[in-house]
Amino acid sequence: MEKGMKDHAALAEAFINDEERVDWHDGALWWIRQKRDIASKQIPEWEDLRETASRIKNNVLSNLHDYLLQFEANATLNGIKVHWAADAEEHNAIVYSILKDKDIKQMVKSKSMLTEECHLNEYLIERGVDVINSDLGEYIQQLDNEPPSHIVLPCIHKRKEEIGEIFHEHLGTEKGVSDPTTLTRFARRHLRDVFITRRAALTGVNFAVAETGEYVVCTNEGNADMGAHLSEVQIASMGIEKIIPQKAHLGVFLRLLARSATGQPITIYSSHFKKPREGQEMHLILVDLGRSRQLGRVDFRDSLKCIKCGACMNTCPVYRKSGGLSYHNTIAGPIGAILAPNLDMKKHADLPFASTLCGSCSNVCPVKINIHDQLYQWRQVIVREGYAANTKVLGMKAMAWTLSSPTSYSTLGKAGRWVLNNIPFAVNNKFNPWYKQRDMPDGPKESFDVWYAKNNGHDSEKD
Amino acid sequence: MTVGLFIPCYVNQFYPQAAIATLQLLRKVGVEVVYPSKQTCCGQPMANSGFEHLTQECNDLFLENFSRFDYIVAPSASCVLHVKQHLHSATDPAEADRIRSNVYELVEFLTDVLKVENLRARFPHKVGIHQSCHGLRGLYLAQMSELNTLPFSKPVHLLNMVEGLELVTLDRPDECCGFGGTFCVAEEAVSVKMGKDRVTDHTKNGAEYITSVDLSCLMHLEGILHRNKSAIKAVHIAEILNSTL
Ligand code: SF4
Repeated sequence: MEKGMKDHAALAEAFINDEERVDWHDGALWWIRQKRDIASKQIPEWEDLRETASRIKNNVLSNLHDYLLQFEANATLNGIKVHWAADAEEHNAIVYSILKDKDIKQMVKSKSMLTEECHLNEYLIERGVDVINSDLGEYIQQLDNEPPSHIVLPCIHKRKEEIGEIFHEHLGTEKGVSDPTTLTRFARRHLRDVFITRRAALTGVNFAVAETGEYVVCTNEGNADMGAHLSEVQIASMGIEKIIPQKAHLGVFLRLLARSATGQPITIYSSHFKKPREGQEMHLILVDLGRSRQLGRVDFRDSLKCIKCGACMNTCPVYRKSGGLSYHNTIAGPIGAILAPNLDMKKHADLPFASTLCGSCSNVCPVKINIHDQLYQWRQVIVREGYAANTKVLGMKAMAWTLSSPTSYSTLGKAGRWVLNNIPFAVNNKFNPWYKQRDMPDGPKESFDVWYAKNNGHDSEKD
Repeated sequence: MTVGLFIPCYVNQFYPQAAIATLQLLRKVGVEVVYPSKQTCCGQPMANSGFEHLTQECNDLFLENFSRFDYIVAPSASCVLHVKQHLHSATDPAEADRIRSNVYELVEFLTDVLKVENLRARFPHKVGIHQSCHGLRGLYLAQMSELNTLPFSKPVHLLNMVEGLELVTLDRPDECCGFGGTFCVAEEAVSVKMGKDRVTDHTKNGAEYITSVDLSCLMHLEGILHRNKSAIKAVHIAEILNSTL
């Protein structure tokens, strides 16, 4: 962690202070998890679909280079201008140069976590280009000057009263109005003006098909389409892992995506973009931003299968209780915690530890990423690379030494002293985080080994 | 068949009654059990904290203690899972391999190996099961709600043999309690909130006892129950299964 930066535990604690909010946040996401359960259980072949999706992605990751080139060739034939960006800076510069060419100072952007990763909005605003996020949740987050806290539900941590306040302050709605329908209508009217007047629109990409050179954007609000259809310059930003080989594979992913994300049978708008209309310019930027490095990390490459459905966040009890912003990374939750250390291991050294390794994420994931195993693996890497706190290193070394020798263990172990002194959660005083809100077990009169020696001495070491 | 009894460090020190119940239960169903006295810990607290590289001596010691047994049984799903996944040996890899596939959590040993169908036990109380995540998703002791496949539960199968016992239905049958090893102190706020919410689920559905295959989860839940002066008690599943008629 960097000096002065709060880690996940501290940020989560601050979120948890408002217990009513946590209960509500937890309940809202659990409700979506249950919707996902119902939707997935209505499809008898659900587990086969997951397996198929996972295998398609295996193929993609093993042949990424070829599929990307195939996609580029086909997209170019279709009339899309394809760009390549190694990192955020390059990506942002490409977007800016496209806009500058046309002397465009205003852009509308639909949901794209990649551009959040690149901090595109800030970059453009610094250069005098105004950007408005058209996804309602992202729009609210933008008005409130906060990043999204969830990849599918960007402002799930905010209550409707707070959103009413934000609208009152920034859009001039009446004070105290918090009815979601009223607020949505107001936002829609406002965004309509934006769609009509903006000459450039940027969208994310959910899937890009190598064999046809087209790409698919999924939204529930139709906002990507509104922007794209009305603009004269259309830009799509896409992480290189979003490629799929064939159009036939889309059926697998579209069936999994919406059900996993929100429990819907399909996203309301799954729009295919293949070629520019008459008089329109269409650009697509293929962005690496750490992806090829992650591809080279054997234990973590599967994280690139992610289709960004958010199911692992909805199911993660740690995420639900601590809020997405506590992960201090664009992608929060379990998947974020395995993607982030690849980008900056030091800054994100805390995230793989922000989990109980309960394994719910891996089993809910529609592309079967072994998320919790990767969290375990990252912990090993982070410690090996020296990013664990020094006190922890010493404690663990002492523990290893004690446990390696039955004699030292049993000498120290009398009356539970070893455990009390060495298991960090077991010290009974007010400075210990265990004791703050939990009691210690009542110490037994004798430990099991002492009891056993007394009662079963005859067969304990009979051979 | 001789079974080596593996009693994890914190069970040994804090919950001897669960270890005793495990031993008695195994004997009751006719198994010869031996407790090798030189055992310490499986190394899981270190490994899960990222220090797996410091666990070799724990592994060696485990081999030393348990390599002579046909089966190794422990009243802790979490420690069993750790041994199953991470026990390695530089000197005797074949033996480490054998141990990894012969180490069992108590409930799975009773259902899968011994195929116990009768327990002659009685526990006339309302009981809520806390599914330990390592038992549920690691050892697959029951069907998890995430998967779309047929339901089953080994702990329920055994608890159904206990006279007078009534299982309560929880709102969230398989959510994590928030213990998570060193997570419980490193992320104290989240851990406690998770534990509190698990306790509430049991309370509001009328449980008098919370049981589990993992004492670590129970220690955490018990700590919260106790602090809040709750009348609900945490009890290891071995103690229920070993209760007398
Ligand atoms: S890791 Fe899996 S569950 Fe999580 S967002 Fe990605 S695809 Fe969805």
